[in-house]
Amino acid sequence: MSGRIITSEEVRRLAWLSKIKISKNEERRYLEEMGEILEYFKMLDEVDTEGVEPTYHVIELVNVTREDVAQQTSSNSLLEIVPVMKGRYVKAPRII
Amino acid sequence: MFHMPGILELPASEIVRRVKLQEISVEEYIGECFERIRTVDPKIHAFLTLTEDDAMVRAREIDIRTRRGEKVGSLAGVAVAVKDNICTMGVRTTCASKMLERFVPTYDATVIERLKAQDAVIVGKTNMDEFAMGSSTEQSAFGPTINPYDLERVPGGSSGGSAASVASFEATVSLGSDTGGSARCPASFCGVVGLKPTYGLVSRYGLIAFANSLEQISPIGRRVADVATVMDCISGHDSRDSTSVKTGPTSLRSHLIEDVSGIRVGVPKELFGEGTDEVVSKSVWDALKRLEGLGATCEEVSLKSLKYALASYYIISMSEASSNLARYDGLRYGFRLEDEDWDWSEAFSRNRREGFGPEVKRRIMLGTYALSAGYYNQYYLKAQKVRTLIRQELSRVFKVFNILASPTMPILPFKLGEKLRDPLEMYMCDFDTVTANLAGIPAISIPCSTYRGLPIGIQFMAPPFREDLLIRVSYTLEKSLRLDLRPAV
Repeated sequence: MSGRIITSEEVRRLAWLSKIKISKNEERRYLEEMGEILEYFKMLDEVDTEGVEPTYHVIELVNVTREDVAQQTSSNSLLEIVPVMKGRYVKAPRII
Repeated sequence: MFHMPGILELPASEIVRRVKLQEISVEEYIGECFERIRTVDPKIHAFLTLTEDDAMVRAREIDIRTRRGEKVGSLAGVAVAVKDNICTMGVRTTCASKMLERFVPTYDATVIERLKAQDAVIVGKTNMDEFAMGSSTEQSAFGPTINPYDLERVPGGSSGGSAASVASFEATVSLGSDTGGSARCPASFCGVVGLKPTYGLVSRYGLIAFANSLEQISPIGRRVADVATVMDCISGHDSRDSTSVKTGPTSLRSHLIEDVSGIRVGVPKELFGEGTDEVVSKSVWDALKRLEGLGATCEEVSLKSLKYALASYYIISMSEASSNLARYDGLRYGFRLEDEDWDWSEAFSRNRREGFGPEVKRRIMLGTYALSAGYYNQYYLKAQKVRTLIRQELSRVFKVFNILASPTMPILPFKLGEKLRDPLEMYMCDFDTVTANLAGIPAISIPCSTYRGLPIGIQFMAPPFREDLLIRVSYTLEKSLRLDLRPAV
């Protein structure tokens, strides 16, 4: 493949940004596959979109709000699905 | 040898009618569903979780109520299979991912509440491509689903389990979801009907998000009428989904009309491109000629922007996925490795490495790329602008034509493993379906033919909120074709 769109370094950076640890082997595979996919995406370059507004959403909706009324949920059932707890607290990894 | 006890073959409305008249015991019928599942599912693996105990309790309750002469709902007793990305209270909902293997939702999705309110009986949760990312149901962390028409082939995806369960008579109807064709693709490959509603018509509350500007929960059934029946139950405004449109439920059953006279059908030639199998093109054109014989007019039309739909769709869906799936860190729920003394970045990166499969990781990383500084304009913004051009071209063409027709899938169901090594080749399968998601318009796939025992689907697309047209045309074609579809299991 000539003139790669994406480099090994970029794949490593994307993995870091995405918070997904990848091995050397995976890095090679993703480099190959992502290069091919991005190459395909480049076909959009040939479309003239001068002055065209983007469509982020297909329906016109502005500031949909609802009454701010508390509803009952069971904190017990929510806590039952926490993988690691310490007492009544969710145990998180250290920050520094 | 194919042999089916009659009750499992009945349409949903007929089951409801007989339940209300007490001609069928729900307990007996649901029991037969589970018998069928026990016979067939070891071969096709449509289900990830069965809810037999719950289902039998509900079945008996409905029987008691009908015996007492109490009112029962519009789906009384009907066996429904539910895709495993739709939250079910107290029943694990995995998205076919190791990340959510032990995730048990504490609430029901709105569609589940509505099904239960109409006395439907949920029989289990169905297999899918992990987080709905795939077109073959081979990307499930728990092993693939198999096509009930040919045990060497894929059922399509990502709602492969939902389509296969209905095709093989394990359930009467099912719910899938459709982000870029995920209900229509497996419907086409498994010889059943799948309807992707107009964006905003069915609540997404409780649907685990993959690409939220594109996806809709989608009913699947063996007949057009079944899909209409389920739609009428699950559609309509829900204040818990901020993208839900302020409209009441549909009344699609009143559009089960055998009449296509005067309907103008546009046939976009871009959707019969070079990757399209000739057998598929011919079957679709045969069906269109049949519609002409019934009073419709069909005319080829060129929609140049559709060539760019696939690239635009993948950029947008991957970008939204990278953002939506950022929540999976393994802290409050989901997959978490045994604690070492890692900092948060290392811990999250390791949890996500183990919890996600290869396709999910690929899409998160590509989405991150498309959204990152320096590439945002070139990929994400560009794709959203192309999306505008596609919408504009469609709204122009819908001034001339009532509906559009094309193949659902450009190819026949392929063999397991055939496209797994080449992600781009797998993406290409979605060429004909992604347009409806980008534009937010409704689209349906119904069986139109078979080739060497393999089903072929035809797709119709309509303007927003014109599901009635899709139902009417599909129903007319279905009645005229009278296909005798028989799975191999």
